[in-house]
Amino acid sequence: MEKKIYLDNAATTKTRPEVVEAMLPYFGELYGNPSSVYEFSALSKKALDESRATIASALGCDGSEIYFTSGGTEADNWALIATAEAYEQKGKHIITSKIEHHAVLHTCEYLEKRGFEVTYIDVDENGIVKLDQLEKAIRPTTTLISIMFANNEIGTIQPIKEIGEIAKKHNVLFHTDAVQAFGQLEINVKDLGIDMLSASAHKLNGPKGIGFLYIRKGVKIRSFIHGGAQERGRRAGTENVPYAVGFAKAVEIAVKTMKERTEKELQLRDYLIKRILSEIPYTRLNGHRTKRLPNNANFSFQFIEGESLLIMLDMKNICASSGSACTSGSLDPSHVLLAIGLPHEIAHGSLRLTLSHENTFEELDYTVEVIKETVEKLRKMSPLYEDFVRSLNANR
Amino acid sequence: MYTQKVMDHFMNPRNMGEIENPSCVGTVGNAKCGDIMRMYMDIDENGIIRDVKFKTFGCGAAVATSSMATELVKGKTIEEALKVTNKAVMEALDGLPPVKVHCSLLAEEAIHAALWDYAEKHGIKIEGLKKPKSDIHEDEEEMDKANY
Repeated sequence: MEKKIYLDNAATTKTRPEVVEAMLPYFGELYGNPSSVYEFSALSKKALDESRATIASALGCDGSEIYFTSGGTEADNWALIATAEAYEQKGKHIITSKIEHHAVLHTCEYLEKRGFEVTYIDVDENGIVKLDQLEKAIRPTTTLISIMFANNEIGTIQPIKEIGEIAKKHNVLFHTDAVQAFGQLEINVKDLGIDMLSASAHKLNGPKGIGFLYIRKGVKIRSFIHGGAQERGRRAGTENVPYAVGFAKAVEIAVKTMKERTEKELQLRDYLIKRILSEIPYTRLNGHRTKRLPNNANFSFQFIEGESLLIMLDMKNICASSGSACTSGSLDPSHVLLAIGLPHEIAHGSLRLTLSHENTFEELDYTVEVIKETVEKLRKMSPLYEDFVRSLNANR
Repeated sequence: MYTQKVMDHFMNPRNMGEIENPSCVGTVGNAKCGDIMRMYMDIDENGIIRDVKFKTFGCGAAVATSSMATELVKGKTIEEALKVTNKAVMEALDGLPPVKVHCSLLAEEAIHAALWDYAEKHGIKIEGLKKPKSDIHEDEEEMDKANY
C-alpha cells in the first residue's frame, strides 16, 4: 500500500479543513487584540468569547470557567501546582494514580521536591484505579485528587463519577486530565463532580498549541502566568485568538459527530482487536476490554521488542506507537504497562494503534497482515522465542 | 534517527539464525532493559571462527549491531575477534544515536560471551578475555516468568 496509514491518533490528529478555514481570518485581516477598546478589536473579543462558550457548552459549564492554555501539559501543571499552593494552609497532600501522563507525574515529582506529599494509587490489571485504596489514602491534609479521565496508552476509562463522589464526600478538589477523553466521550463536569479538567485541541482535530483548563467557579487557584488581565487575570498574555477559534470549531464538530464517529471507531477497533488476538499467538490486549476509548487498541506481542516492530511498520507506511523503552530513550518500558502488572519483557513488546473516523477496514486488513508478517519475522530473530519453543518441545 | 547502514542491517540482518551443534554460544543483556543478544560460533581446530550466527531481542540498533558484529568476526581468529570493540561496530554502521550506544557495547559483550563459553568448554584460557558482565544465565529465572 503506497498510501500512509495513520494509526496514531492518540499522539495527534489531522487538523480538519473546516478548522483551518475558521482560523484563517484571525491570522489575516482580523488581527485586533481582544483587550483593546476600539470597535475593530471587539471582533476578536467576540470570537474569543464565542469560542469559550462553544467549549463550555460541550462540558456543561459556563464560559467564564474555561481558561485557555498552551495545551494539556500546561493545564495539568497549572491545576496541580496552583491548587497545591493555594490550599497549602489546609495541607500539603495530593493523590494521583500510577498511570497518569508525565505532565501530571513529573509535576507531582516537582511538588514533592518542594515539600508536598503525593500518594500514587495503584490500578488493577485492566488499568482501573482502585477506588477503595483511593478513599483510604485521603487524609485531613489532602487538598487534591488528580486522576485522568482515560489513559493515553491503554485507553482505559476511569470511574470518574465515583471518584468525583469520593472527592466531594471528603471535601477534596478533583482534577482530571481529559486530554484523551475530551471530544471522544460525553463529559458533563457538573454531573461528574469535576472541579478542574485539562484538555487539548490537537487530540480532536484542532490545532496544536492550545488547550484549556476548566476551573469550577469557587475553586481558589492562583494565577499561573503573571501579567495582564487576560483569562480573568489568571493566565496573562495576549490570547491566541485564531487557535481558540480553531479549537472551538473542532469541539463543535466533535460534539456534532460524536455518535456516528464512536459507532464507526468501535466497529473498527473491535474488528482490529479480534483479528490480532485470534491470528497472532502469544498476544494480549492491554487495558479494559470494554471500558476503553473507542479508538484505542494496545497489544503486547510476547518475545519481541516494540521499537523494531514500529520501524518495520513504518517501512510499510503504517504510523503507530509503542510503550517500548527504546522509543522514549530510557531503559524502562512504559510506566503504565508496568503498573498493570506486565513483566518488563512483555511491556517492551507493546504496540498502540489509535484510530480515527477516517480509517477503513481495508487499511486495517493491510495493517493486520503486515503486523502478522513482522511479528513472525522478529520472533524468528528472538532468543526469547527460541528458548520458549525449546521449552515447549522439552515438555512434550 | 538511524543511518542507512543501521537500517540496512536491521531490515536485512546478516548471519541471523542458529548453528546446530555450535562450538560455543553466548547470551548477554537482559529482558528488563529490552535487549538480549545470543551469538553462536563454529570455531575450527586452528581457532578460526568459521561460522557465526545471532539472535536478538531488542530495538533496531540492537539487531543492527549484532548483525554487524557477526560480520566483523566471521573468518577471524579468536584473537582478532577479541579486538572487535563496540567502537568498531559503531563505526562500521556509520554511527548510532547516543541513546543507542549501549547496543554496541552489548554486541561486543556477545562476542566475548561466546568466546568465554568456548574457553570453558575446551578448558583453555583466552588471553585478555574476561567473563562478560551481563551474561544472561543469572537472569534466566526472571525470563521464565514471561512465559504466560
